[in-house]
Amino acid sequence: MKGRWRWMNKLKRQLLAGPYLIWIIGFVLLPVIVILYYAMTNSDSGFTLSNVLAIGEPIHLKALFLSLRLALICTVICLILSYPLAMILSSLRKKHQNLIVFIFILPMWMNFMLRILAWRMLLNNNGVINTLLNTLGLPSLDILNTPTAVVFCMVYDFLPFMILPIYNSMARISKDVIEAARDLGANNVTIFFKIIMPLTFSGVISGIIMVFVPALTSFAISDLLGGGKVMLIGNVIEQAFMQQYNWNLGSGLSVVLMIFVIVSMAFMSSRDNEGGGAGVW
Amino acid sequence: MKKMIALLAAGILSSLFLAGCGKSNNENTLKVLNYGKYMEPKVLELFEEETGIHVEYDEYETPEGMYTKHKAGAINYDLICTSDYMIEKLINEEEVLEINFDNIPGRANLDETYFQFSKAFDPENKYSMPYFFGTVGILYNKNMVDENDMNSWSCLWNEKYSGQIIMSNSVRDSFMAALKYKGYSLNTTDEAQLREAQEILKNQVPLVYSYLVDEAQDEMIAENAAMALVYSGEAGLAMDLNENLGYSIPQEGSNVWIDSWFMPKTARHKENAEKFLDFLCREDIAALNFDYVYYATPNTALFESLSPELQQNTTIFPPKEVLNSCEVLKSLDEEATNLYNELWKEIKSGD
Repeated sequence: MKGRWRWMNKLKRQLLAGPYLIWIIGFVLLPVIVILYYAMTNSDSGFTLSNVLAIGEPIHLKALFLSLRLALICTVICLILSYPLAMILSSLRKKHQNLIVFIFILPMWMNFMLRILAWRMLLNNNGVINTLLNTLGLPSLDILNTPTAVVFCMVYDFLPFMILPIYNSMARISKDVIEAARDLGANNVTIFFKIIMPLTFSGVISGIIMVFVPALTSFAISDLLGGGKVMLIGNVIEQAFMQQYNWNLGSGLSVVLMIFVIVSMAFMSSRDNEGGGAGVW
Repeated sequence: MKKMIALLAAGILSSLFLAGCGKSNNENTLKVLNYGKYMEPKVLELFEEETGIHVEYDEYETPEGMYTKHKAGAINYDLICTSDYMIEKLINEEEVLEINFDNIPGRANLDETYFQFSKAFDPENKYSMPYFFGTVGILYNKNMVDENDMNSWSCLWNEKYSGQIIMSNSVRDSFMAALKYKGYSLNTTDEAQLREAQEILKNQVPLVYSYLVDEAQDEMIAENAAMALVYSGEAGLAMDLNENLGYSIPQEGSNVWIDSWFMPKTARHKENAEKFLDFLCREDIAALNFDYVYYATPNTALFESLSPELQQNTTIFPPKEVLNSCEVLKSLDEEATNLYNELWKEIKSGD
């Protein structure tokens, strides 16, 4: 009787996991398998590695390196902006902290595309920013349709993803720890390097992953703010699918990009000794 | 193992359930797929009233999107409207049914010229019926350019307009301008000619403000650039919103595009589809659609009833001599497509 009861319980638990399993299989595993299949075949569905190796072509390499460079710049800028901000934030009163975090999240309520399009309007030749600059007698800002505008918008879009994890790990540091350090004679510099830095490390790591990965794979920002002149690897893949109908090439390059993403995440997680802090794995 | 079987069973059950939804019991229907905002909604109501045939109307954004939707096969459309090169692709794939024009007396209302143009993609005029047509040309701002420059494609390479030129972010359209400028056919597959076109497109990159498709007209309306390579339909819309804009088709010739109706192989209501095509040819119905879409209509009966002012509007109705120097885009074979794409990618990545 008891055994039967336990079996029923186990079944119930498995049933509860059902939707999650279906989700994972249907929307994560299957698509990845389909991408791998396309990547490894040609248009006559014969086996080939040429789609994956196509990354070696100068045009694709150039796009990949540009993507890596812009993503790196974007991540560094986000980190430089977010870390001090998170420190200031966590030193404020709780009520104010919540308000400021809310303000940072607010733009995320708007559609991603709308935000990019809004920047297009702002940065245009006759846009708001240039009109303002010109009336003040200042020269126009000609950054639209250049990589600068792309990085600028990436930082704008992905900044909350850096601030929030750092802020969270910062807020978790107990005041007692810092007071104890101070009692033992540590100065501010020591406290920062010996306590705050190590304790927020996992937050920084997950922030870096959450900014670097979408920045590396993005194509919409470079398309709209780069004016079609900034070719990132994401744009190459998008074009392979949408303009060339070459799903095989697109998938092949996607697989390469996936490898880059996985490697960078693995590398970052291996740095994160605390374990589980990154929360992405 | 047990888990796997349970999952499989769940999967099969759900797919069965979904398949069941797709079936429609109503036989007297017509399933139409068209570009977005490409038909006056009242036309469908009128057709339903007059014939009692229930129309299920669906829209798509890009020919590529339509292709995937149709190929996915979830819905068996009876009638689809799309662009020339896409029809050619589908004809080559044997995805298209012959239209029996005996059932469409209204065809007499359509100008034979456009059936001649259609031969580029439908050589025997068996599979398609023209709906609207137009050209590709230059939308320019009269205050920012010398209008005399706009008669030739050379204006897109004129250093005077550096940083004010919007090119198309589509391979074929951009190559079309370069090839026509050089005096070649826009459907050329000759590598030497294409390399020549690529060379001038590369030289053009520093002059270009941005490569856009749909946003080009917005930029022109906002006066952010002096000229843009656009479709005549977009040009007409932009000129309505900003009176400083003008449109010209360079004398070297350009691309004339035709959007036509065809019946896919999977059509279930062929007779209804033909009835609908005949209905669309009727002058009053064509007039409703023309007022709504505002592209050039191949319907001569309607054209003759238009005001002389509209008839002479060269943005909508290109003059015959210009039309004669224009060509219809043909779909390319895989080798040529790859060549175009490679050359285009080299231009865009600045190599």
